[in-house]
Amino acid sequence: MKYQLELNGISKSFGPVQANNGISFAIKPGSIHALLGENGAGKSTLVKIIYGSVGPDEGSMKWYGDSFSPNNPFEAREKGVAMVFQHFSLFESLTVAENIVLGLDDVGLNDSIVNKIEKYSIQYGLSINPHQVVGDLSVGQRQRVEIVRCLMQNPKLLIMDEPTSVLTPNEVTDLFVTLRKLAEDGCAILYISHKLEEVRQICKHATILREGKLIKNCNPQEHSKDEIAEMMIGKKIIKLTRKNIKHGEEIFSINNLNLSSEDMFGVNLHDINLSVRKGSIIGIAGVAGNGQDELMRMLIGEDRAPHSTLIFKGKDISKLNSHQRRQLSMFFVPEERLGHGAVPNMGLDENMLLSRPSSSRMTRNHIIDWNQVRRLAKDVIETFNVLTPSVSAEAQSLSGGNLQKFMVGRELIQSPELLIIAQPTWGVDPGSANKIHQALTDLADQGSSILIISQDLDEILSLCEQVHVINNGKLSPSVDMESNGLETISQLMLGASIQ
Amino acid sequence: MIRLQTRTNNSNAMVFLSPILALTLTALSTFFIFFLAGVDGFGAFYVLFIEPLSTKYNFSEMLVKAAPLMMIALGLSVGFRAGVWNIGAEGQYTVGAIVGGAVGLYFYEVEGFWVLPLMSLAAIVGGMLYAGIAAFLRTKFQVNEILVTLMLTYVAILLLSAMVHGPLRDPDGFNFPESRLFHDSATLPIIWEGTRVHIGLALAVIFSFLTYFWIKKHISGVQINISGSAPRAAKFAGFDENKAVWTSLLISGGLAGLAGLLEAAGPVGQLVPHLPTGYGFTAIIVAFLARLNPLGIIFSSLLIALTYIGGENAQITYDLPSSITSIFQGMLLFYFLACDVMIRHKIIFSFSKNINHE
Repeated sequence: MKYQLELNGISKSFGPVQANNGISFAIKPGSIHALLGENGAGKSTLVKIIYGSVGPDEGSMKWYGDSFSPNNPFEAREKGVAMVFQHFSLFESLTVAENIVLGLDDVGLNDSIVNKIEKYSIQYGLSINPHQVVGDLSVGQRQRVEIVRCLMQNPKLLIMDEPTSVLTPNEVTDLFVTLRKLAEDGCAILYISHKLEEVRQICKHATILREGKLIKNCNPQEHSKDEIAEMMIGKKIIKLTRKNIKHGEEIFSINNLNLSSEDMFGVNLHDINLSVRKGSIIGIAGVAGNGQDELMRMLIGEDRAPHSTLIFKGKDISKLNSHQRRQLSMFFVPEERLGHGAVPNMGLDENMLLSRPSSSRMTRNHIIDWNQVRRLAKDVIETFNVLTPSVSAEAQSLSGGNLQKFMVGRELIQSPELLIIAQPTWGVDPGSANKIHQALTDLADQGSSILIISQDLDEILSLCEQVHVINNGKLSPSVDMESNGLETISQLMLGASIQ
Repeated sequence: MIRLQTRTNNSNAMVFLSPILALTLTALSTFFIFFLAGVDGFGAFYVLFIEPLSTKYNFSEMLVKAAPLMMIALGLSVGFRAGVWNIGAEGQYTVGAIVGGAVGLYFYEVEGFWVLPLMSLAAIVGGMLYAGIAAFLRTKFQVNEILVTLMLTYVAILLLSAMVHGPLRDPDGFNFPESRLFHDSATLPIIWEGTRVHIGLALAVIFSFLTYFWIKKHISGVQINISGSAPRAAKFAGFDENKAVWTSLLISGGLAGLAGLLEAAGPVGQLVPHLPTGYGFTAIIVAFLARLNPLGIIFSSLLIALTYIGGENAQITYDLPSSITSIFQGMLLFYFLACDVMIRHKIIFSFSKNINHE
């Protein structure tokens, strides 16, 4: 049989970095084929080669039996390659139909286009209204617009880059229905994702890359999630288990916190209440932009909270700044790494000073003890396996996963009684993510409390004993996971009223 | 095709080579400009860069000019690290001279070791208060400090003029807009016999070292750096953003004020309307030539002082316009900044036709 796309020995290097090294695999027509690998494994380079924006150094490709070497994305699209990017490129002030026409190479806006949009949206269960303005759409709906835009080109191969990272569980289910229908109609799909559970659900073929090399072509449904993860990172995955769940008395509470945001695009927080007990891990789930940033700023102390809304160890900390809160053993890891949790152009040692409670002995009477600073930095680097040339390497020279390990480690070596962490593993490869999750459960086992704010529902479900959902600035009561918990969370994420 | 590629690590070699390269390029460009102007290049070069270093008078005058530049640039470098752009050091310099000078004139003919310290203190406070206006407006109302400090410069210069035309005018001065000459107790001690080199130079060098250690060792010095590079990270660390604004404006205002007094009570010896000659602006160049390093400022202020003396000599010997000094200073800054790009980047010459954009 003929393959839709065949890759033979593709190699590509950028300077000293070998991004792809002799990669071969083939995608059958009408199949959903997963491309798996950690960050930096060479997935994006490979996709760029297929999409024509980068040329390979070596190797060749075949498109339904014919030689295929697109010089630019335009040529690739002509052949029938389409791509839905992780970050959408839509104009918010234009309608769905206008956006779709803009993405096409040579058509104007007319009724037949609108009809075509409606036809596809019915055929593939992509319910969108062509006349609606994109700015009013949810993230999931925007993704449908991107998919319809691709379908207009009658693609033979649809590339999807991390399509579910921004979706709620129900939206994911809908997307899978669409993808299966597309595949049945003969369109091959190259599906890039970190979420192995999803890959095992919808893909019958998978290509696993590691450090630019092909590790295996296999059927992911014949392997367990852990086996696949181990192939991706080349190491054993350690199972997450809490050895010692013991909930003590309340250590931290948020009481009737209200805040109207000063930022015109900000979210107002409404009447937020939360109680954290010693030794517990609590998760706040929710789609991005529902008040997580505002809440986090308040919790860190970057914005002052209203009087007596935040109580830590019986003390009102609402008006304390982050340094004063750290003195009480409350520590933080913000979502953004460069420019927030770390100063990009400063060394790791200097970055240690962002979190410097007196107990760390990094400063004495405001005078910095650089030997102590470097000693602690080394400690963090060794304990958390941060890959860096030296303690004085600039934060921006580290990869995302390594910098995240450093930032988490920097707070953890202070043995926090309460750790508040946003997006602990955002953009972090599975190996590092596993290490960070392990460190968090270990901390809680020792009796400390952790509050996790994350969009990654899998992460929250695997770590937290108590889950809340934030939607439009309101925090739900804790969700009872025993009775249909996942369904309740999905409803709450989409803004269902809180019972 | 030539392109810049970011280095993975800063090049230590380029940290040292870049100033040398910049000086060489400045020299070559100077040569070219003289050639265009039809002036003997080697001769002019000698007059500009060698002669100021070869006689005691020229050398000492260079030191006299370096002192206020060093002092002002030190203060500015602190602010620039914090991302606080005090462009009006000239104004704070002028106010420092007025306030400090007024104290000296108030105690006219009073002898005492305390007169000069009191004048200096008054000048520092004057400069601080003047810069404090910008700090207040920025922290309270988010008013841009660049505009405030720059505009207040013109106010200060007019204030000086009003003062020497009015209350501070020399009663026996035939209505000339000048103050009395400061008496001995209000005049700076000379530290090099037979020249005008005064104690201000020694002070400036001491301050350079103090600032260096403050920035390296004290947590508030580190705060200044973090606030400038990543304001959100500074908040995350629990640093008060307003404190960084106040600290850097008060330090730069105080040092500029002191520099103003040192000039008035030193080489000039009285308050005159033309006391501000642009040191406050030139110090910006001095600070950046030193890459905002307090110890580097000792050298960069000497270099810029050299261009002043050399430029004056060139005007006399070769009948060149006075803007020759500004041309050098501009070229120096241009080449220094351009060459510093090489610390973080390397230049790649590639002649392959395969232009794959990544």
